Amino acid sequence: MNKNPETEIKFSDKFTEEDLKIRADFPLLNKYDMAYLDNAATSQKPECVLNEEKKFYEEYNANPLRGLYNLSEMATEKYESARVTVQKFINAASEREIIFTRNASESLNLLAYSLGDLLLNEGDEIAISIMEHHSNMLPWQHAAKRKGAVLKYIECDMQGNVTEEELESVITEKTKIVAFTQISNVFGRLNDMKRLAEICHRKGAVLVADGAQSVPHIPVDVRALDVDFLAFSGHKMFAPMGIGVLYGKEEYLEKMPPFLTGGEMIDSVTREGAVYAELPHKFEAGTVNAAGAAGLAEAIRYIEKIGFDKIEERENKLTAYALWEMGKISHVKVIGSEDPDEHHGIITFTVEGVHPHDVAYILSADNIAVRAGHHCAQPLMKHLGVMSTTRASFAFYNTMEEVDRFIESLKDLRRKMGYAE
Amino acid sequence: MQNKTFYNEILTDHNLHPEHKHELENANFEMDGVNPSCGDEIRLKLRVDDGIITDGAYVGNGCAISQASADIMLDLIIGKTKEEAMRLSDIFLRMIKGNVTDEELEELEEASVLQDISHMPARVKCAVLGWHTMEEMFKEDKES
Ligand SMILES: Cc1ncc(COP(=O)(O)O)c(C=O)c1O
Repeated sequence: MNKNPETEIKFSDKFTEEDLKIRADFPLLNKYDMAYLDNAATSQKPECVLNEEKKFYEEYNANPLRGLYNLSEMATEKYESARVTVQKFINAASEREIIFTRNASESLNLLAYSLGDLLLNEGDEIAISIMEHHSNMLPWQHAAKRKGAVLKYIECDMQGNVTEEELESVITEKTKIVAFTQISNVFGRLNDMKRLAEICHRKGAVLVADGAQSVPHIPVDVRALDVDFLAFSGHKMFAPMGIGVLYGKEEYLEKMPPFLTGGEMIDSVTREGAVYAELPHKFEAGTVNAAGAAGLAEAIRYIEKIGFDKIEERENKLTAYALWEMGKISHVKVIGSEDPDEHHGIITFTVEGVHPHDVAYILSADNIAVRAGHHCAQPLMKHLGVMSTTRASFAFYNTMEEVDRFIESLKDLRRKMGYAE
Repeated sequence: MQNKTFYNEILTDHNLHPEHKHELENANFEMDGVNPSCGDEIRLKLRVDDGIITDGAYVGNGCAISQASADIMLDLIIGKTKEEAMRLSDIFLRMIKGNVTDEELEELEEASVLQDISHMPARVKCAVLGWHTMEEMFKEDKES
């Protein structure tokens, strides 16, 4: 059923020269004898990123965008050049379209609030998929309540597949905003954003893409996809925690009201009100995370140095091997597609008769880190008819040897829980 | 590779073959308990006559620790008075906090296998679910 990777994979090539070379870049991976398979939650950080963040504080630290002295200008320059690095990375038309936030959640909250204010009137509709992370669900539930709009759900099948008919029937002329994840954090499946954008635009809706799980793993070109907005987090793509991005088309950002107000985001303030700053600073109130932005820019340079070809090749190989081996273990059931290329390093599964928290705990006793629970997607879990699941997720720095460790532990798991196998 | 797991035979046996996981028709005490972190939930039912717990059962689902711990608790408290059950519960909760004497541990019988859970803060809530539920149930009874 699963693609047989044994024809393509030489099993002798475990912990290859390449593995060692890549892993040498990541201090934490060399600190512990642990298979870190929770990359969809957050990635590890390469030394160059850590150094870049440190360097900001050692050599550039002043409040950016404020001071009129040299050091502040250097800080500003560092921060703004990080913005250009992000802009080029996702092929946005202008750096005015890149807003720095704390994370994908903040980007999506900003949108639900500000875009919601701009576009939504009573009776209008918002459409989101049932597979959305809570961060791309709750903000829209709130926006709908606040504006008297109706929130509709786009359903998927058990493999995470969404049909064209479903999209065409839920997205209508009444729909003002569609929010959809590019890669699901449960299925790992890639949703066709270009096709979705066509449908949305034909019906007069704006498309918000959640790129939290896609941007770290595949090339994302916002202009080729024609998405109107894209939200993602630095910490899932080898950058520090606390820096995230919201991309938005200028035509919308210009018209949207500010989200947070305060310092930095104004041109002038009177007792009665304010003239807001130009894009993108209109949406960046208060002192920004300039060191985090510098770290994100370095993470992007690191990704570009490794190359998405290499990243995808390694992640797909690990996923294919893991899926193939998991397919041989009875009582293990993988959620989502049988095709490894439809997983993007994410394997969500259940073990019959063993609660996911027990699964994660037993794996952890063998020094394997995975995630267990509802993965911030409770409505999806309910839709799939499971209470919770376990998820192993790979990054390109994981190895075949780590997959072996995971499989060995998984094989023995039911016996450890008292089942006579 | 560190290979020891906390799931010993007593625990897995109570999880896979619980003696008290069933309905209880003639129960006169009933309480729901939830542990949102694991999604564990149990409904505890007891039959109490003249202050003595004459029968008890639970239904629910959740991780092995939450379910086994509830089953072990029922083994221990059936046949005891409410006060005695509350006293054992107090010992159990103190054991989890690492504050218990050897004599007290012995009184807990099989429940003492959960002693090491104090090293796993994430799982403590699972282990105490049944016990907390029982305490709540009796406390509420006292108040009303
Ligand atoms: C699909 C998806 N969207 C949004 C988020 C939220 O990301 P963050 O917690 O960095 O805001 C996540 C993170 O788990 C995710 O997987």
